[in-house]
Order: sequence, then structure tokens, then C-alpha cells
Amino acid sequence: MGFLDVLFGRTKPVQPKLDDLFALPSAAVQLQAASGFTPTGSGSVCFRAVEGKTFTDIQKDVTDLLDMDAEKGTALPVEVTRDSYGFTWIVSNHMSDEMDGLVTDLHAVNSALVDNGFGPQLLCTLVAFRDESNRPLALVYLYKRGTFYPFAPLNERQQTRDNTLEIQVKGLLGDDLNIEQDLTRWFPVWGAPGL
Amino acid sequence: MATRTRYAPDRGLTVRMTATMFLLGLVFVAFVALIIGVMSAARVSAAGIVLVAVIFGGGMAFASLFYSDKIALATAGAREVTPQQEPRLHGIVDRLCALADMDKPRVAIAPTRMMNAFATGRNSKNSVLCVTEGIMDGRLTDEELEGVLAHELSHVAHKDVQVMTIASLLAIVAGLLVRFAFYSEIFGGGRRGGNNSQAALLIPLIMLVSAVVYAVSFLLIRTLSRYRELAADRSGALLTGQPSALASALVKVSGSMQRIPTQDLRKSEPLNAFFFTPALKPNGQGLSNIFSTHPSLEKRLAQLAKIQQQLGEITPDKH
Repeated sequence: MGFLDVLFGRTKPVQPKLDDLFALPSAAVQLQAASGFTPTGSGSVCFRAVEGKTFTDIQKDVTDLLDMDAEKGTALPVEVTRDSYGFTWIVSNHMSDEMDGLVTDLHAVNSALVDNGFGPQLLCTLVAFRDESNRPLALVYLYKRGTFYPFAPLNERQQTRDNTLEIQVKGLLGDDLNIEQDLTRWFPVWGAPGL
Repeated sequence: MATRTRYAPDRGLTVRMTATMFLLGLVFVAFVALIIGVMSAARVSAAGIVLVAVIFGGGMAFASLFYSDKIALATAGAREVTPQQEPRLHGIVDRLCALADMDKPRVAIAPTRMMNAFATGRNSKNSVLCVTEGIMDGRLTDEELEGVLAHELSHVAHKDVQVMTIASLLAIVAGLLVRFAFYSEIFGGGRRGGNNSQAALLIPLIMLVSAVVYAVSFLLIRTLSRYRELAADRSGALLTGQPSALASALVKVSGSMQRIPTQDLRKSEPLNAFFFTPALKPNGQGLSNIFSTHPSLEKRLAQLAKIQQQLGEITPDKH
């Protein structure tokens, strides 16, 4: 925020950064090779819905668009869920080797919001991974910062996360992804759909 | 490239805020010019008092800014809470901070039944967001609570504590001058005797001018505070995209204020300027509005209704 914004008490809503998302497919390959975590094929976009019909209509248009793929049989229909914080998640499910298709779907959702002027409502995008022992791991993309961070939940009820694994993933993907350096921004997304 | 936005700044509010700050600056410049004039006329006697008031006032303002978070928490008897203790509250703040791309403040809870919240701190790294137990007890829905927290986070983003401290500096110095001049008139008047009648006349003059400056700057600061509240409402509503939830939270919190026992209210008085809604109800409408730190409920609701309309536009303006 600039000096004038502080002086006048106005915040410019932060516009999301979208393009970094396309670094995900190559990072997924790298992650699989180095740690054994494979994509589950599930990914989601999380945003704060705006009240009113305008926003609901846009949201419906996007899910209709994505479901057209499902009708052709190339993908599963998208799920729309609302979490307990009031945020909306659009979950897209693909086969685990279709990382490109998944990212394209996620990008379709966020660009639809941006095109209609609702870019500042985007919170994060999440892509889910599992290893052989079925440990969950998510790569979370923060739209406002254009950075990724790993989220590895251990026990949801006790709200513990596997920090060792997260730091390890940070090291593995440092060259492929723009990893969030400020660890205080790695906020947990407990119970995220698709994880 | 022009991007579409539904988040155009409110020009009217900016203009009114600029005018208030300009007037405040004008009063300050006029005051300083006058003091310099008085100092050069009176040489020693008045200069000492002015210098002490400026140093003392500046020190007080700096200390209150630097320790604002600790002072406010101690006054409210609040304790900081970890994500493990209050996962829900931290979860909401996490998400709002990620949406707004800002540093997460520390989170604290004040043990009072009153429904309220405040944010304070000298910068974004050292700020603290405090809610009362009353506001967390389920009377507000999650969306309403989120609206309240977004309003408080906007105060942090707008650096309102810094802005209001700087704005108050003038009033503090003027207030101190009145006091010093008054005491020196009582205790020091006799010693000076009649041989320096010019300086003896100047002391009451400084007192009078300082009193006027204090009164004018007090009103201007209150006006500025009301505009800052409207600005925080606005940014908070745009952040969550739910102006109606914030509006209904305002109605609920303001309504509950009338039922609060007086002892709690008196204790909370010093924190008023940082509260979500003031804990003290003005008795009458009309004139009491210009002394108020917060805009009237009607004004806040009207602004939120306007934002609701703005967010619902099918084709937003290009900016």
C-alpha cells in the first residue's frame, strides 16, 4: 500500500497472480521422482463468494463449462462445496496422470472470476498428492502472492501437521516452484475438499 | 491494460478525509507560527514551557504508539491465544489475511461479556487483533464475525493507529500547554513580579490560544476518526464480499450495547477509539454526533448498502 492509500484509509483489493499455476505439472513430476508422492488427480479452487445473484450466476457458468468435459467422458463432473468458513471450493477430479488437464480446469475457474471483476475474491488453489503409505500432501497456491506452499495434515482433530515433510517438499521443489519463503503465510487448510 | 474492477475507491470519502486532514494541518501550522511569534516576543519565559510541552507531548505520543498493543491489551485485560486454543478464530483470520495479502496479526481475547473487537499496534508486524468473549459466544453468525474481523484487519492495513496518533499529537501538545501555562500562572506569577509585564500577559494568551486549538483539533480528530471507521467498513466489506453480513453484525453489536452493565462500560472508555462500535452510547442525537468517534449506525448501514449494489453490478465499470 502506498503512502496515499494509508493517508486516505483505502485498500486496493489485491489482484491475483494466475500464470504461476502452470508450473504445477512439471513440479508434480519432480515431486514424484524425488519423494514418491503422486497426484491424486484432484484439485480445487477456493474463493470467497460474493453475496448476490451476479456472482452466483458466474459460478454456475463456470461449473457448467467444466461439466461439458465430463459429458464427453474425459473427466468427472466438478463438485462445488462450501466449507465451514463460508468459502466456496470448486473441486475438479481427473485421472492421476492428467495433471495438465487439471491445471487447465483450475485456470478456467480463476480466469472466469478475474474476467468478471471478482479476482480479489480468489484465496488459493490446492492440488492433492498421496504417497505409497497413503499420507496426504497438498500443494497450495496463494493467488495474492503467486507462491506455493506444502500442507501435510497429520491429525485433523488435533490440528497437527507434518512439518518435517513440508520442509522436505519445500527443499525438493525450490527450483520448480516459487515457494512461499515466509513460513507464517503457510496457513493450514483443514478439511479442504479433495485433499 | 485496464482491468475490470468492482472495487472503485469512494471519492467522496477521500475528499472529505483530505479536507479534514488539511484543516488539521492548517491549525497545526497556524499554532506553530503563533508559538514561534510568542517565543520571539517573550524570549525566555514562554519558550521553556513550549519546549517542554512539545518534548513531553511528543514523547507521550511516541510511547503510546510504540506500546499501543501492550497498553490496549493490558487495559482490556486480554490474553493472546494460539491456533490450538482458538482454531476457529485463527482460521478466519488466516483466510482473511491470505485474501488481503497482509501479515497476520497476533490474536487475543478479552474476558468481557460486551460484544466488541479492536485492533491496534504500531505496524503490521506488531499489531494485535483482539475480540471480546461476548462477540465469540455465538450471538453472531460466523459470517458476521468474519465481517467484524475484516473491519478490524482493515484498520491494521490502513495504519489507523499511526495516523490517529500523529493527528492527536497536536491536541496533546496544546492540552499540555494549557495545563503548564495555567500552573506557571498560579505558582510562577509572583516570582516574576511586575518588571516583565509583557511576558505576564503572554502566558494567558498562550493559554487561550492553546485552549481554542485543543477544542478545534479535538473536533477535527473526531471527524477524522469517523471517516476512518467508514473507510474500514468499506474495505472490510469488499474483502469478504459480504456487506450485508457486516451490516447485520453492526446492528447486533450496536443493539447489545444498551444492555451492558455500566461498570464494564466505564472501564472500557479509554479504548473507545479502537473499538468496532463505541462502548458508550451518546445520549442524544444531533450535536453529540460531532463529538463521536464512530459514525452513526444509519450512515454505516447506508454505505454498506451502496457497496452491496456495487458488487452486484452485472458489467462493472472499467478503470
